[in-house]
Amino acid sequence: MLDLEFMRLAFGAGIIVGLLAPAVGFFLVQRRLSLIGDGIGHVAFAGVALGYLLDLPLVLTALAVSVGGALSIEALRARRTAAGDQALALIFYTGIAGGVVLVSAAGALNVNLFQFLFGSILTVTRNDLMVIAALGVGALALIALLYRALVAVVVDEEGARVAGLPVALLNALTAALAAVTIAVSMRVVGILLIAALMVLPVIAAARIAWSMRSTLLLSMGIGLAAVLIGITTAYYANLPPGGTTVLVAAAAVLVGEPIAALRR
Amino acid sequence: MPLAVRLEHVSFAYGHGPLVLRDVDFTVERGEFVAIAGPNGGGKTTLLRLVLGLEQPTSGRVEVQARRLAYLPQRAQSGVDTPLTVEELVAAGRMPRTRLAGPLRSTDHDAVREAIARVGLGASAKRRLSTLSGGQQQRAFIAKALAGNPDLLVLDEPTTGVDAEAQESLAALLEQLHRELDVTVLYVSHEFGAVERFVERIVLVRGAIVFDGPPSDLPGVWHDPSHVHA
Repeated sequence: MLDLEFMRLAFGAGIIVGLLAPAVGFFLVQRRLSLIGDGIGHVAFAGVALGYLLDLPLVLTALAVSVGGALSIEALRARRTAAGDQALALIFYTGIAGGVVLVSAAGALNVNLFQFLFGSILTVTRNDLMVIAALGVGALALIALLYRALVAVVVDEEGARVAGLPVALLNALTAALAAVTIAVSMRVVGILLIAALMVLPVIAAARIAWSMRSTLLLSMGIGLAAVLIGITTAYYANLPPGGTTVLVAAAAVLVGEPIAALRR
Repeated sequence: MPLAVRLEHVSFAYGHGPLVLRDVDFTVERGEFVAIAGPNGGGKTTLLRLVLGLEQPTSGRVEVQARRLAYLPQRAQSGVDTPLTVEELVAAGRMPRTRLAGPLRSTDHDAVREAIARVGLGASAKRRLSTLSGGQQQRAFIAKALAGNPDLLVLDEPTTGVDAEAQESLAALLEQLHRELDVTVLYVSHEFGAVERFVERIVLVRGAIVFDGPPSDLPGVWHDPSHVHA
């Protein structure tokens, strides 16, 4: 399997996404914003459509539009202009509707879109992998550097604000990291499934972990394992890699449940 | 004594609603332990949130001289669903005294350990918060507040949901911390039985300040546990 270059590229991209998606999802789950990844995915679709329309690199247009959408959601939430779910709904549906209109205008309402909606990891090129690696490693390094500050905010946001931490900046950074993760992961599991890879490994890890730090590390391990098992299974069983990866992550939650029950 | 907090003619309403606080003048000297009491909905928590800068007054002026503030919110509980250890919680409280990025320095680790030991949870540092009793959890949150070496410690109903024995124990801990550390304490509760015997000053809030003085001057009706304050 690894004799094939497209499989090596797929595993390279998969390893980065398998580590990054749960690492960012960890902070979203703690803030009870598990579904924000789904919403930013909708916005990323508008970015892909814009890329088609303007004939620009799709990952970069998706990244730019996703970051804009994520920061808008955070701004609406923080200023209490709208309730959290209403802010999400506004951005989600504007994103998906805008995407449909733009992609139609670009004359690209065709099968190519499926690789972004459901993932197409086997078509990852060397250039794609370099972009994914640069963004992914950068995002992971930022999380490692600011881990304590990000944890302080998720543990007690008001307390952190009172203590003088730059809470608005850290929340904006989390939103931007979620957007980067979506843009990086589109090719691996697809816009419609990326939120699952951000959330399911964290849910599974929380059932068996013994501390916050162990939850983060375990969720990254589960995310990585889900991608590796998912791609391998998909290769041998001729299944879609994105969907298979997410099903493996969902299975990890089911496996974690009896372990959690034993500990209770 | 220099002032830690000064409120001048402060009124506050949430949005376009009615005034929750009306023309409040309130000062706290550095090192004071002030208990703030009053009925539910009387504006106690709003008063605290104004002091903490979490709300801005509709009119009037709020001045806080204390530089390092720590806040123990009502029914403090971790906002996270994952297993959080006592040590991790308290380390989060140390954050304002450390650099924003990178790992904790050894001096910060020492400060975290000291804060945990001070509230009597040294043996439970590695335990998950969810495995502790309500009283122990409140102690862990107090340790989190102490880890940042605050000048002003603000506690909003810290004894809510804990049994009478734990309330007494928490009150004794707060008295000890106030005595040993150079910290100003604002302690809000809808009743103040446990702290009344050592607190220097009690402030009653019901839309405005209706009493401000030593516990011995408090009208007798407020000492009656059957009194509903409303």
